[in-house]
Amino acid sequence: MIRLSAFLAGLIFGLGLLLAGMANPARVLAFLDLAGAWDPSLALVMAGAIGVAVVPLNWARKRERSLLGAPIQLPVKRKVDARLIGGSLLFGAGWGIAGICPGPVVVLLLTWQWQAFLFLSAMLTGMYLFAALEGRRRS
Amino acid sequence: MSIDWNSFTPWASLGGGAMIGLAISVFIVVNGRIAGISGLLAAAAQRSSDAWGETVLFLLGLLLAPLLWGMFAVLPEIEIDAGWPALMLAGLLVGVGTRYGAGCTSGHGVCGISRLAPRSIAATACFMSAGFAMVYIIRHVLGD
Repeated sequence: MIRLSAFLAGLIFGLGLLLAGMANPARVLAFLDLAGAWDPSLALVMAGAIGVAVVPLNWARKRERSLLGAPIQLPVKRKVDARLIGGSLLFGAGWGIAGICPGPVVVLLLTWQWQAFLFLSAMLTGMYLFAALEGRRRS
Repeated sequence: MSIDWNSFTPWASLGGGAMIGLAISVFIVVNGRIAGISGLLAAAAQRSSDAWGETVLFLLGLLLAPLLWGMFAVLPEIEIDAGWPALMLAGLLVGVGTRYGAGCTSGHGVCGISRLAPRSIAATACFMSAGFAMVYIIRHVLGD
């Protein structure tokens, strides 16, 4: 059951990205291009998503178990630190170069865009790089 | 600023956003987890999560979405203008950045903002600003 719901959630997420226009990197860049011919559509994606998710997410804050008894796992960190700021700035810079973020790149794979495979490989390399640097820092 | 009204698709974007919100709702209410895609990808790649199966199944759903869409309708137009060096640099930045920043557009931008988490508000302000700045530099400073 819990696995089926994870699969369905992923599927709905992907269909939502496609419908919203967010899986098209050219439209993401048009949204980020404030000084050009600005396409505000993607602001509405965020508004629509938050509008629906706000109640369930805040319901979850007051609970320890999900409807099927799985532990509710919410981030516990509260402090805004340099890693968060620096990391998010790097992420935003990368997002602005290609118009691709982690959700859309997965959706783009089976539309057979070669660019998605290259981007995903580079992104996973970046994630491994982080894990390697972190491993060295902790040891 | 000039708004490109011809490309503006308020209902599709709002509807698509609502579907993303629904997916996030299902994942938190049933699975008890935050649907942050960068975190799920990292957890799937490292095989470290105790709920690895769920993580992979969520990503599998995401992966198969265009095939399901394609059974009923024509896929929306997809245009990627970046060349291979730009794609590699962008991917690397997104990979490193989302791990140090502990989240991306979904985890911070939607889930975190919905919970009014201070870290997510700060992270979203940073990646949005950096995205706006990068596009400005590429299109209006370096471009003609």
